[in-house]
Amino acid sequence: MGKTLFDKVWDAHVVETIKNGPQVLYIDKHLIHEVTSPQAFNELEERNIPVFRPNQIVATADHNTPTQNQHLPVKDDLSRNQLEQLSKNCKKNNITLYQLGHKYNGIVHVMAPELGITQPGMTMVCGDSHTSTHGAFGTIAFGIGTSQVAQVFASQCLLLTKPKSLRVTVNGTLKNGVLPKDVILYIIAKLGTNSGTGYFCEYAGDVFENMSMEGRMTVCNMSIEMGARGGMIAPDQTTFDYVKDKKFAPKGDAFDKKVAYWKTLPTDADAVFDKEYTFDAQDIEPMVTYGTNPGMGIKVTENIPTINDASFEKSLQYMDFKKGESLINKPINYVFIGSCTNSRIEDFRVAANYIKGKQKAANVTAWLVPGSKQVEAQIIKEGLKDVFDAAGFQLRQPGCSACLAMNDDKIPQGEYCVSTSNRNFEGRQGQGSRTILASPLVAAATAIEGKIVDITKQLN
Amino acid sequence: MEKFTTLQSQAIPLAIENIDTDQIIPARFLKATDRKGFGDNLFKDWRFNKDNSINKSFSLNNSKYSGSILVAGDNFGCGSSREHAAWALSDYGFKVIVSSFFADIFKGNALNNGLLPVQVSAEFLRVLLDTITNHPETLLKVDLLNQTISVNDTSFKETFDIDTYKKTCMINGYDDIDYLLSKKETITAFEAKKTY
Repeated sequence: MGKTLFDKVWDAHVVETIKNGPQVLYIDKHLIHEVTSPQAFNELEERNIPVFRPNQIVATADHNTPTQNQHLPVKDDLSRNQLEQLSKNCKKNNITLYQLGHKYNGIVHVMAPELGITQPGMTMVCGDSHTSTHGAFGTIAFGIGTSQVAQVFASQCLLLTKPKSLRVTVNGTLKNGVLPKDVILYIIAKLGTNSGTGYFCEYAGDVFENMSMEGRMTVCNMSIEMGARGGMIAPDQTTFDYVKDKKFAPKGDAFDKKVAYWKTLPTDADAVFDKEYTFDAQDIEPMVTYGTNPGMGIKVTENIPTINDASFEKSLQYMDFKKGESLINKPINYVFIGSCTNSRIEDFRVAANYIKGKQKAANVTAWLVPGSKQVEAQIIKEGLKDVFDAAGFQLRQPGCSACLAMNDDKIPQGEYCVSTSNRNFEGRQGQGSRTILASPLVAAATAIEGKIVDITKQLN
Repeated sequence: MEKFTTLQSQAIPLAIENIDTDQIIPARFLKATDRKGFGDNLFKDWRFNKDNSINKSFSLNNSKYSGSILVAGDNFGCGSSREHAAWALSDYGFKVIVSSFFADIFKGNALNNGLLPVQVSAEFLRVLLDTITNHPETLLKVDLLNQTISVNDTSFKETFDIDTYKKTCMINGYDDIDYLLSKKETITAFEAKKTY
């Protein structure tokens, strides 16, 4: 029987199998940030354990950083302390850190791929559930807890039980205006938030093959929102072209050798998955969420379903929505384009292309937060900033920002925010905030109109 | 890590599905650099009203419920990988979480902190929630050695699964670092002959 992409990468990284127990899995790259690493460093220090492979760790500051005036000292004492702690820990342990203001600083899942740290066939971990993003390269990448961060520090390995395999195939051609974000929101709405728990997911079919790396990252990013620890897409020419010439990518002959190996990774034709789902690209439309988990999504043209269930009703009550109603024409005062899901250059191009020549609605506060310093620089270079400025949008500095609202970028109590981020949990974007997840196109249109609109009408 | 073998305790019901780690511990409380004190902010926005007064309708604030077992709805701990969620539950005093389904990362984090996730069938959970809601004095018994959860002195009982390795760790209070450190030579040898 043939092997899946996941099998091939996993099996190449197994150091040892414990009888009737987990396997010792070798980790190639470990990404860290300020929020989930300090306790792991403390633990090693308390137990007098050195960091085993510091040159396989890369650090960035992203979760808890301001998106304005990054050249000034961070005002919030606790945040500043956490950032200083990261700097100290990295310095002490010889770990490369792209700190606030550095030209390579950015959201961990945006900066690592754009620097070529992420490569096909690798195993990668980070104390962040959206590490699944890197699976876009045919990488086994997944989020870990802080105890596991300490384990990787200590041994460059983790003890894990091999997850089951799941494949989601989407064939056909996407309709005009349907973006990668809509594809993944559609899949999660169809399958639910725990359908992938215990599984690693491979995305296959025309739709993903024809997607850019940015789009593939958006899709893999949200694998965790259906419970899957990670998502993967087979590496192909699109992948190789993206990785080539990146700062940390192998060069010359070494690169060609790698490509030859990467070409052996795609799933064999006779491989069998534990679970398979197939969807038709033509059925996908621009999506919005209406509830408090990412599985509660509908096509923007659909009405909220009528389900009699206490958790469902609690969720609608929080959102102040009614069963059976449409979201079209709902007034929206906040729009956020950013987060590790949708803060890459392509996302801002989509937004700018729609916004150009239009004016933001007066009631809307619109934050555009690039995923990295490099994305920010590209936005300026391509003249997109001028488009945003002219339309009344606010381009901020890179970071996780209003996706989880650890910094000052909080959506006020009771307000709706159409957001390109990944989670619409209660209070995720600030206490009492109400999140509607959508693509950068739907978000941009909402900002212009000041309300949710049927974008499909404008497109056709 | 604290050892765990058996526990007998009353339980607190929390019949909500898809409780995510942002509810267990909101992101604004993740600015600490140590593991202590997260219990104060456990379920912060459910335990407290907007004006910071106590939300009396929330089960953790209801004086008739107590104990170190939390019985929660399906898909507990989904969302963010923050281990702070496990730390907050432990720090508040919970030793066992019962649900019909746990999210992967949360489950691993709980086990790495001596907090036992007990996965039961949907039907067992439904009856259990009913029982403890209506009879808060009910004592539950969780026996890790035999992998059973039961309502004390009754035949209402179910077995639960746990990875054999993780079970040994919980019973002995070991963690994965101890094991991995003992494997350093094997790991170094693996690095030398990596094939990819």
